[in-house]
Amino acid sequence: MALEKIISITGPAVYVPGNDIDTDRIIPARFMKCIVFDGLGEFLFYDVRKNADGTDRPHPLNEARFKRATILLSGANFGCGSSREHAPQAIQKYGFKAVIAENFAEIFLGNCTTLGLPCATASREDIAKIAAVVAQEPTAEVVIDVVKQEVRFAGQTVKAEVRASARDALIHGRWDPIGELLDGLPAVQTTAAKLPYLAA
Amino acid sequence: MRKSLFEKVWDAHAVRTLANGQTQLLVGTHLIHEVTSPQAFGMLRDLGLKVAMPHRTFATVDHIVPTDQFAEPYRDPLAQAMMEELRKNCASTGITFFDRASGKQGIVHIVGPEQGITQPGTTIACGDSHTSTHGAFGAIAFGIGTTQIRDVLATQTMALGKLKVRRIEVSGKLLPGVYAKDVILHIIRTLGVNGGTGFAYEYAGEVFDRFTMEERMTVCNMSIEGGARAGYVNPDETTFAYLQGRPYSPKAAQWDAAVANWKSFASDPGCHYDDVVKIAAADIAPTVTWGINPGQAIAINESIPDAAKTNVVDEKASIEEALAYMKLTPGAPIKGTKIDVAFLGSCTNGRLSDFQEVARFLKGRKVAAGVKAIAVPGSQIVALQCIAQGIDRVFSDAGFEWREAGCSMCLAMNPDKLIGDQLCASSSNRNFKGRQGSPTGRTILMSPLMVAAAAVNGSIADAREVFAVN
Repeated sequence: MALEKIISITGPAVYVPGNDIDTDRIIPARFMKCIVFDGLGEFLFYDVRKNADGTDRPHPLNEARFKRATILLSGANFGCGSSREHAPQAIQKYGFKAVIAENFAEIFLGNCTTLGLPCATASREDIAKIAAVVAQEPTAEVVIDVVKQEVRFAGQTVKAEVRASARDALIHGRWDPIGELLDGLPAVQTTAAKLPYLAA
Repeated sequence: MRKSLFEKVWDAHAVRTLANGQTQLLVGTHLIHEVTSPQAFGMLRDLGLKVAMPHRTFATVDHIVPTDQFAEPYRDPLAQAMMEELRKNCASTGITFFDRASGKQGIVHIVGPEQGITQPGTTIACGDSHTSTHGAFGAIAFGIGTTQIRDVLATQTMALGKLKVRRIEVSGKLLPGVYAKDVILHIIRTLGVNGGTGFAYEYAGEVFDRFTMEERMTVCNMSIEGGARAGYVNPDETTFAYLQGRPYSPKAAQWDAAVANWKSFASDPGCHYDDVVKIAAADIAPTVTWGINPGQAIAINESIPDAAKTNVVDEKASIEEALAYMKLTPGAPIKGTKIDVAFLGSCTNGRLSDFQEVARFLKGRKVAAGVKAIAVPGSQIVALQCIAQGIDRVFSDAGFEWREAGCSMCLAMNPDKLIGDQLCASSSNRNFKGRQGSPTGRTILMSPLMVAAAAVNGSIADAREVFAVN
């Protein structure tokens, strides 16, 4: 199964400020009553984007100038809480190709990587620099260079770290591990046979 | 070399190193439920793959089941569809399904231990972040996403990076009226909601030595709320006594060998930890949250934080955001905050001992006028045990609605939801914005007895005062 080698992501960005943005906020649980992931994109950040009557609330994703954004910028501990893959699925299906944040919750980061959605960590100051440029010029091209671990925008370059295992998987096109895991099946039997609770 | 339990379990289940440096880790037990698994089965079908070890995969239904309706079809056709999808997926792959008709259904993290499926020295994965619960038995248990569920279904393994280990020792004795829930809320408050990122937490010390399995489960359950993907307690006689005689526990002939094997997984004295944190039990009070994440917590006698009193920019912003959402007054006592709903249940606090402890104090008391109070056993077996002991009657007589087993109002993927900006005293695990089903609903997390105290009082109260606990 040949996967795309994700070397870099280029596109306009949008800044959704805040720390500890949890997966319930990214995709409220009631939208998880589904047996496929299709259509989740429209419910991304639903309860902070919409009023009870379905009209828009002030939110960066509701602003016309950010509609074309493919890079999501946010704060610390992004994606904390539930393990629901519905959260990265909603982000990806909405049209985002990467997320830059100060840091990420563990399960969320793993889920994103498996979908080929790079998570890059940058300092608060550097995220503020990107956000400032984006606020002035929403169409500004932001480049996340996964190989060099940097973000380039409006003539500036800042550091953006991608966890080593994720970076390797993305740039070599092995972010979905299923093929490799299947290749290991004979070894799985060997490991299982040594464990009394599995050998029995 | 001396090793921690985490390292021993990891090493015993490590199949091989993958090209990107992660480990292909064998998952001994795979637990699945209706919300996060259907897409994984879909992916499996698309790839033409089979379930590798159906006999090591167990399913139940918890998130979407109505707690006020047993008969199908459910009023919500989407819930009914999810139920049927899981039933179909289990039947076609040979996976054991603890369906409602089995009498063994319940919240997945209550069912696993109850059945004796959760055992020391094993690896467990489930598409649910509260899988850390199972660590109470000295298992290493991970919450995973749906693509990883596909991986585990297809190969009984997943790709994972090794975690660091932080030992958290709670020494001394807990004060009367202080419970396991207070211990974990205190730990998260102290270390932060992302303090555990990259770590597995090893809980230890006299408090954990004395804890029952159900108390250990309450603490391990909320490890993820502190950012730790896994949390565990080393197995001991309490663990073995709990497991003996359960349906999936080793039978008589294999029992002694199993116990010897389980003991061998306990952390070696003097082994290396990446970090050690020490907490004195006497410093832990009945704890409640005031904000929109589980780390925003205070002792019941403390005041609600005031953004004006801090110069830390982050803290200021987060206090302001939280209090604006919670509609609470900075600097005011949290005690006396009026509640609309009291919820007792969830994978954190929906076990027999939770209901027993509350019933001991609730007998003869009444839920305050205007408060909707619901008690939701975490499993059908917990429900039966409560009924056998007359506990359901104590709750009903007090004015609680006694419900069928399920996740209920913890996350509101079922009809149990807050309405508008109702404020809920809740024994669950998350107080995120909108968590309990209303985009403006408000949650205050606390121990089960504190929920009962709030229900009786009509406002947030100190259970030690309401029930004369001493």
